Amino acid sequence: MLVGVLVHLALLLAFAPLMTGVINRTKAVFAGRRGAPLLQPYWDLGRLWRKGFVFSRTTTWVFLIGPVVGLVVPVLASLLLPFGALAAPVTFEGDLILFVYLLGLGRFFTVLAALDTGSSFEGMGAAREVTFSCLAEPTVFFAFVVLARLADRLSLNAMLGPHLATSWDTTGASLGLITVCLFVVLLAENSRIPFDDPNTHLELTMIHEVMVLDHSGPALGMILYGAALKLMVLGAIVVRLALPLETGWGWLDALVFLGGLLALAVLIGVIESTMARLRLTRIPQILIGTTLVTIFAVVLVLR
Amino acid sequence: MLLLIGAILLMACAGVPALLIRRLPGGGEGIFTFLLLGGVGLGLAGVVGGLLGAGPDRIDLSWGVPGGGLLLCFDTLSALFMLPMLLVVGAGGLYGLGYRPHHRFPRNGRRFRFFFGLCGAALLLLLVSRNSLLFLTAWEMMALSGFFLVTTDDCLAESRRAGYLYIVATHTGSLALFGMFALLGRGDLLLRFPATGSLAAGGPAGIVFALGLFGFGLKAGLMPLHVWLPSAHAAAPSHASALLSGVMLKVGIYGLVRLISFYADVPAWWGWTLLGMGVVSGVAGVVQALAQHDIKRLLAYHSVENIGIIAIGLGLAVLGRAVGYSTMVVFGLGGALLHVVNHGMFKSLLFLSAGSVVHGVGSREIEKCGGLLKRQPWTAFYFLVGAVAICGLPPLNGFVSEWLIFMAAFAAGHSQGSGIALTVLAAPALALIGALALACFVKVFGIVFLGTPRSEAATQAHEAAASMRFGMGPLALACIWIGLVPVSIAPLLRRATLDWFPALADSTSPYPSLVDGMRPLIWLSISGVALILLTAVAAGWLGRRSREAPRDLPTWGCGFACPPPQAQYSASSFADGLVSRFALARRPDRAPDRAVFPLPERFSSHLPDFVFDRVLLPVWRVAACSFGWFRVILQNGVTASYLSYMALTLLVLLVLFGRK
Repeated sequence: MLVGVLVHLALLLAFAPLMTGVINRTKAVFAGRRGAPLLQPYWDLGRLWRKGFVFSRTTTWVFLIGPVVGLVVPVLASLLLPFGALAAPVTFEGDLILFVYLLGLGRFFTVLAALDTGSSFEGMGAAREVTFSCLAEPTVFFAFVVLARLADRLSLNAMLGPHLATSWDTTGASLGLITVCLFVVLLAENSRIPFDDPNTHLELTMIHEVMVLDHSGPALGMILYGAALKLMVLGAIVVRLALPLETGWGWLDALVFLGGLLALAVLIGVIESTMARLRLTRIPQILIGTTLVTIFAVVLVLR
Repeated sequence: MLLLIGAILLMACAGVPALLIRRLPGGGEGIFTFLLLGGVGLGLAGVVGGLLGAGPDRIDLSWGVPGGGLLLCFDTLSALFMLPMLLVVGAGGLYGLGYRPHHRFPRNGRRFRFFFGLCGAALLLLLVSRNSLLFLTAWEMMALSGFFLVTTDDCLAESRRAGYLYIVATHTGSLALFGMFALLGRGDLLLRFPATGSLAAGGPAGIVFALGLFGFGLKAGLMPLHVWLPSAHAAAPSHASALLSGVMLKVGIYGLVRLISFYADVPAWWGWTLLGMGVVSGVAGVVQALAQHDIKRLLAYHSVENIGIIAIGLGLAVLGRAVGYSTMVVFGLGGALLHVVNHGMFKSLLFLSAGSVVHGVGSREIEKCGGLLKRQPWTAFYFLVGAVAICGLPPLNGFVSEWLIFMAAFAAGHSQGSGIALTVLAAPALALIGALALACFVKVFGIVFLGTPRSEAATQAHEAAASMRFGMGPLALACIWIGLVPVSIAPLLRRATLDWFPALADSTSPYPSLVDGMRPLIWLSISGVALILLTAVAAGWLGRRSREAPRDLPTWGCGFACPPPQAQYSASSFADGLVSRFALARRPDRAPDRAVFPLPERFSSHLPDFVFDRVLLPVWRVAACSFGWFRVILQNGVTASYLSYMALTLLVLLVLFGRK
């Protein structure tokens, strides 16, 4: 188990920022630019690590807890997930609930840290973040209902187990629907286009970026790193669903999984380059729509 | 058992010396607190002793009343309701010393304390009584002392109105309970409770359940029956709100649980009804809560939400019994009972810390607070613990009980071809409730404790007195303890489940047995400890690293240097995105006149209660108008005509049912 934990953490901590680099490179290629090096996110993190802090006089200890929880939570949550065919190091019946609620805890403190600055812009971002995630949460659970029913177990490791390859033949429609819906949730939760634009420059329109306006130095680094980890954690579910391959060799499985994640990053980059941002009032409609689509998936397996 | 009776007497008498001897220093609050805490100590000793099997667990006294007999029993099911109750009463008594010291409230302090103790005693008596007359007596004692707690500040019209609504609602419920017990005893009101699992589901069982659901549901505040709850909990002093919300609502749940345990087999529709009402209460309660800006009203609506969660668990357990799924029974009832305990802890903690905010700022309006974390660090910490717990987030206790209920919801997911598999849909509903509660508590904590003060009063706010902080401490510790070491309470849940459904012991269902089902709880402990340790290490490192950093700069305002505190995001704007989506119609009250040159305008917005303001009030208004003639003729104020009504009624009854 200890080896499993170490392998999981090593993969997660080392690989996650690369996904951001790949997304940015894809977008650059689409825009006809050369773009930043693939490893630029690592340099950015290193640079932030060495910088100092600047604090608003309004802030309290809550302001520093936000980034910390935002970093710790994806690390713990990743231990409950299988990385491709690599089994999850920690697994028990009902860990899917812990997984979702851990991410909820991360959101709780990230949003509080934003409100701690007393800035109206960060208040807006905070309000949007909780609003949209409220609408995304049922989608995740509907998807888990489908997976739990297919696996007849309640642990993520078993739900995303090797049976998925055969399940695609028998219940492909449901699995397809929830894969797409979970991908949409991934885009929303990680503040990607079409829900949020990580590169926008107008505070009024941002969601996630505006919440971290006042963070600086290592705290900002923690937030960026935490966001990358969260992208990889949620991405791991989507990749496992879409690519349930098992070769039997541990290192090859890991490579397949990492390749899947890179493909996912390219896909996100393509979407970001080809789609426009949605109007803020449209986002809830999309999220409610995804919830309804997952209900169809549930109905298909419950019948 | 004797200890419990001692505890009941001590608590009931705690406020009496002050009423008899007017000259006691401090209005007798010292003696009151001493006696009350003594009662709580005795009660805790009695519960622990009872759980360990010391002493008799039943006292049976013949009674002069025909058919009666005083029967007191102690079992684990009652004990699970007693533990939070005793803790909340003790914490509330201690808290009251600082929150309502006698020298500041000389007029109604004695009365308030007397009824506070009496309410605690009545609750304890209610939980041990096992015959209907004693149960109903304790029920009325509790309900009436609750009325006096709600109307403590009877100089305020708001309190009187809340009290009126409360007393009407609680007596309507009592009426249903009288009917229920009469049916249960086949016309004999003085009945001992039937043994567990001794009644068959046929015959009047459906009506009994419906009456019980109405009477107990009215007390618990299940959604269409919650109309009295928000105003009553907002009007009472905070430690009384903690008692009302943390404990008194739960006796409604206790009544339902006890009632269902009488039956050997339960029909599935009981479970579906409970489940449906639970989901409605949960979602609608939290949406209503989101729209409130009065901190205590908001917490009161959260009680509706949490009662909904408990009802979901109970409904799943009943369904599990109806279709023979022991997993659903174990997790559903275990989760519901643990949530009863947990809600008692964290909701009382929230009410007490909200009371300390109200005490410090002098207003229940959250839009007037802000930045209180710097002025009330302890209050803020306690509120944060309560908020994390009530949102059901790890590593605190709310997560454990919601986890159990989630497991119950998923338990039937694999069944084939029957409607029971639909219970998995409770899981997304619970997730939605949890996410909305998170949004709501982020709003409250962010607006009240973070940012900059929005009013002069908030800049002057002071930290709670030491006795108030001591009162909140045990509740916060209990939240953390149950969250981190849920294994310690699992045996109690197991025994209570067996008290409720003894047939479970010899159930042959292979998956998971009573013991195995709770095994993952150890993982929740491990993950909770890991979470706290990692966060503490990282936060400590970050804190040390940032010690030298400049801290006197303004918040980035996009180029605007010193925005006024009013420019901060407000509570209503924070919640608007969600409320407008769920509440369908929200009526802002805006002054209609608009001149060419804009005049000073007023704007206020509030969300009317779904049931009370939208349905009941209009219906009652119409009814009051159309029955006006009835009042004029029948209710004419002449005593003689009232006596003649009684005489006529008695004569008619004699003719109809008199002995042949």
